[in-house]
Amino acid sequence: MSKKKRSWIRFAILMVIAVAVVYTFIANAQSDNGLVRKGDMAKNFAVTNLVNDRFVLAEQEGKGVFINFWGTFCEPCEREMPHIESAYSDYEDQVEMIAINVDEAPLTVQSFVDRHDLSFPIAIDKRRELTRAYGVGPLPATILVDEHGQVQRYHEGEMTEAQIHEFFQSIVPDT
Amino acid sequence: MNNETIICECGHVNKVGTEMCAACGKPLTDKAQQEGVNMRYEGAAIRSKKRKVTLLDRIWGFFSSVKVGIWIIVLLLLASALGTIFPQDNLRPGLEEPAAFYEREYGAPGLAYYNLGLHELYSSWWYITLIIALGVSIIVASFDRGIPLYKALKAQRVTRHKHFMTRQRLYSKSTIAHPDDELTKVAEALKQKRYKVRVENGNILAEKNRFARWGPYVNHVGLILFLIGCLARYIPGMYVDTSMWIREGERAPIPETDSEYFVENRGFSISLYDEEDERFQEAFESGQSVVPEAFETDAVLYKREGLIGDGDLEMIEEKLIRVNDPLTFDSLSLYQTDYRLNELNQMTFTLENKETNETFGEMTINLIDPEKHYDLGDGYSVVLENYYPNFYMNSNNEPSTLNQIPDNPYFIFNMITPETPEGETSFVGIQQNLEPLGDNDYKMTFVDVDLVNVSILTVRKDLTLPLLIAGGTIFIIGLVQGSYWAHRRVWLQKSGEDVLIAAHTNRNWMSFQREVEQSVKDTALTPPKDQEEETDQDTKGA
Repeated sequence: MSKKKRSWIRFAILMVIAVAVVYTFIANAQSDNGLVRKGDMAKNFAVTNLVNDRFVLAEQEGKGVFINFWGTFCEPCEREMPHIESAYSDYEDQVEMIAINVDEAPLTVQSFVDRHDLSFPIAIDKRRELTRAYGVGPLPATILVDEHGQVQRYHEGEMTEAQIHEFFQSIVPDT
Repeated sequence: MNNETIICECGHVNKVGTEMCAACGKPLTDKAQQEGVNMRYEGAAIRSKKRKVTLLDRIWGFFSSVKVGIWIIVLLLLASALGTIFPQDNLRPGLEEPAAFYEREYGAPGLAYYNLGLHELYSSWWYITLIIALGVSIIVASFDRGIPLYKALKAQRVTRHKHFMTRQRLYSKSTIAHPDDELTKVAEALKQKRYKVRVENGNILAEKNRFARWGPYVNHVGLILFLIGCLARYIPGMYVDTSMWIREGERAPIPETDSEYFVENRGFSISLYDEEDERFQEAFESGQSVVPEAFETDAVLYKREGLIGDGDLEMIEEKLIRVNDPLTFDSLSLYQTDYRLNELNQMTFTLENKETNETFGEMTINLIDPEKHYDLGDGYSVVLENYYPNFYMNSNNEPSTLNQIPDNPYFIFNMITPETPEGETSFVGIQQNLEPLGDNDYKMTFVDVDLVNVSILTVRKDLTLPLLIAGGTIFIIGLVQGSYWAHRRVWLQKSGEDVLIAAHTNRNWMSFQREVEQSVKDTALTPPKDQEEETDQDTKGA
């Protein structure tokens, strides 16, 4: 066997190992317990909001959707609510929104909504089904879905007023 | 030095770095001439030992080194041991913050353990890097040594160089009259002992158990499969080890199933060892008094049909999940691992007139999903204005809740009676009854509480097990192959008037020597002597 050929074989062996390892690492980095990430197609879901309207994500095609996961027990969620409320009134006609409460008693949620005078659609994920399926961890968490149903952003933690505006703006359809 | 080969006098072409001709066994280096031949890889050039030129050669050389390999193994052993000092993050009980858990449980060393990232050691980048390095080392070393060894054993000739013969540990020289007859006899005797005999120009090579030489390489294949299995755990979908909490009566999505599967807890039960039982007295003296004998969850598995969020749940299976008797579906298993007893579930109150102590009806509040209005009859009713499952005062000094778990429930009631149609506000918690908006005529009085148990299930899936089992099995086969058999070779060769006998094996020299002695005992040939032993005795004598 020529020296050149041997070098190639050695190179090939090392490369096969390297590729397998890199693949494993990338695959591992991308699995965060079902966490959605930019570029994924958003998993379809249906929820019924507090005023008994059914919201199906797949039916929102053509419009961007602003999804906010929250809980009444979460102080950052509470702080960002008034900002979401005011931004929503600006973008109501261009963007759909659903705020998903993570499995709290309707009474608790309703009194929170009344206290903050929230007008955007709010639903309760009473079986924590969406929370699990979307891999939502710490609250608040915000998912931006564009008009094609593709996830544009997964944001974890409190948003500033400016950020909320920017987020709404980013999913306004181009036309 | 431009020549990449050494041509031996027997005509065989050897690689540079070869210590001994692969065909006839003539020592090719000065060192081999003087010290005797190294039989480990048949004196073949170890690939990595050649001149290192390129980066590739350096990488190859690094991983092929036995010394480096042993260092990697030692480091891996030390690291693995380090990970067992305190429990790993995924094995620690409860839902506490990891930092708090390690500090509370183990003090400063625990906190250091956490801060150094040792609580997730087995998924740390450097641990994985070590495992990969071990894998690369094994693969490279196998190629580096295995292929030259294979080629050398394939190329070996019957007739060896005189030097090769004299340098063997078992060696003898005899001068006899009819060497050919005697050699034939020996060949027959060796065949009887299941040696494979090759004859060339009247010279003999007898060998058996050559496959034992491949033991270490079979071993390596097993190890590599095992390591691939370990790494495959990091590929999503191959390995799951997480836990879920589920209250009695609750129905919850199972992690890692995309909310497709749900499990319902129809009831948790536990049996404790009897504190009064004489047989257990000794054990109870030493520890806590509550020792569970068995615990189980009456579980129902559902599959969602339809959309996430509002699909229907279809019942799949009912099962009592006991310790070590999991509910298994779709390659996932739910194991009963832990529990939490007596979580608040329902509280019952009555409306009481503070002056007369007269009570008006009873109302039961479901702490997971409370209702708003409670009608107590006769114009008496209560409105639950607000509810905090796990009450605390938040940073704005407002009542709030820490989470959804009803560990410390507080209620704001509006009590409506014929005398107070406008309602009176009462703020009620455990052992507390406040009247934030002035004196009331009525109060809410606690009557009863209903508790539930929480089951903690471990969700587990391991598709890498078949690979680990296969790897382990092959590893053992290689180990047996290499340990219970030894490659034995005997050379008999005419050299002028003399007959030379040389023999080599790598272990069990005594029995080997006896075997060769028996083969030549009916002939005039001198049985081979152990040259190493003689040298030892010489040194001792001197």
